[in-house]
Amino acid sequence: MMESRKTVILVIPSDIVARGLEGILVDSGEFVVEDILKDLSRQAEARLKLIDPDLVIIDPSVLDFKSRKDGRSRLADICDSIVVAISGPGLTEEAIRQYDGSVSLYDNREDVLRKIRSSMESRQSEPMVSDGGELSSREKEILVCVAKGMLNKEIADKLNLSIYTVITHRKNITRKTGIKTVAGLTVYALLNGLIDMSSVQ
Amino acid sequence: MKEIFTPDMKLSDMLDINYNLVQVISRMGIELKHSGLRVVDACAFAGIDPATFILISNLYSFPDYAPSPSEVSSANIHDILRYLHGSHAYYILVALKNLEASFDRLVETCDENQKNVILRFFLDYKKELEKHFALEEEEVFPYVESLLGGKREEGYSILDFEEHHEDVDEKMEDMKNIVMKYLPDVCEENTKMWVLLSIYRLRDDLRRHTYVENSVLVPKVRNLENDGK
Repeated sequence: MMESRKTVILVIPSDIVARGLEGILVDSGEFVVEDILKDLSRQAEARLKLIDPDLVIIDPSVLDFKSRKDGRSRLADICDSIVVAISGPGLTEEAIRQYDGSVSLYDNREDVLRKIRSSMESRQSEPMVSDGGELSSREKEILVCVAKGMLNKEIADKLNLSIYTVITHRKNITRKTGIKTVAGLTVYALLNGLIDMSSVQ
Repeated sequence: MKEIFTPDMKLSDMLDINYNLVQVISRMGIELKHSGLRVVDACAFAGIDPATFILISNLYSFPDYAPSPSEVSSANIHDILRYLHGSHAYYILVALKNLEASFDRLVETCDENQKNVILRFFLDYKKELEKHFALEEEEVFPYVESLLGGKREEGYSILDFEEHHEDVDEKMEDMKNIVMKYLPDVCEENTKMWVLLSIYRLRDDLRRHTYVENSVLVPKVRNLENDGK
């Protein structure tokens, strides 16, 4: 039975929170808390690398505000664990979304466990791209097609790409621009002079 | 956490904790001059159930407030509808109107093309939102009223209307990002800021509104539907 328990490292500066969460996790019988780290110092990183736990639960306040939005990718550089964040003030929804899941300080025991379990199941292996970057010329090309109202299949045929590649490009476009809907992407393309009004309808 | 707002608290103390609750107060029909009263007394003046008022205030103030089943079942559905209806009136008559006027000011300095692109995006969004509210006002709420009157219409369920919310929220996010990052340089910075703040406020308010619908109205109506069977 021991083997089926998931290993966990908590990266939480508050003893109150860390010990409370440890209690919930251990009592459930599903988790073993291997260590509690108070920060992401070099020693802490070394511990994470060494243990490479199944799950890391992090209070993003251990990161300074600037690096908070890249917290998930920083951990990805250290270990291959699933990372769940503790949501709290000063943390935007966008910042929370990068993690594999989140729990709130005010969740009850059952909700904490339920949320953690579901984030362990819904692990995604998409490549991380930091937002705010310039669009590549391929991405611009695809953006123009989207703005013209073309469907993924049509774009794939026209540019000789697989549908899967088109979808990946579209995800990256959305990640870089922060814009999801076709209407929004069209406005972006128009305002950036990638297409003109006459080609949209 | 759950005990932050209680019926024997003064309204003014609640507002000091979260001043955005002025919106809830006005939508529930409570007059600001009664803010010095305790919640129970102010609610008595307005003819609403204090526990329902507290429930909505909690949902409005704490994004991850999860109401207990008993809070949901004892909430007064007429007061919930009153709140939702008041929110719709506010969005249509105040928030969207003001936002439209701000958008008009925002694009004043743009060239004709940019103006069209930006305004069309906003107006499409506005239209979509108004359509969504109209659907709730003209179909969903009357459906709930008829359930309360003991009538059950065949082939319709409250679950049908839940899905639409996400689309509206996505467009709103896009609008926020466009105003924040991608407007032409000629747009005036202060106006941009003002529009951005208005978008954030409306976005948060709409999310709270949706949350009340999904976490209270929908389960309550589900119960009514099942009782009627």
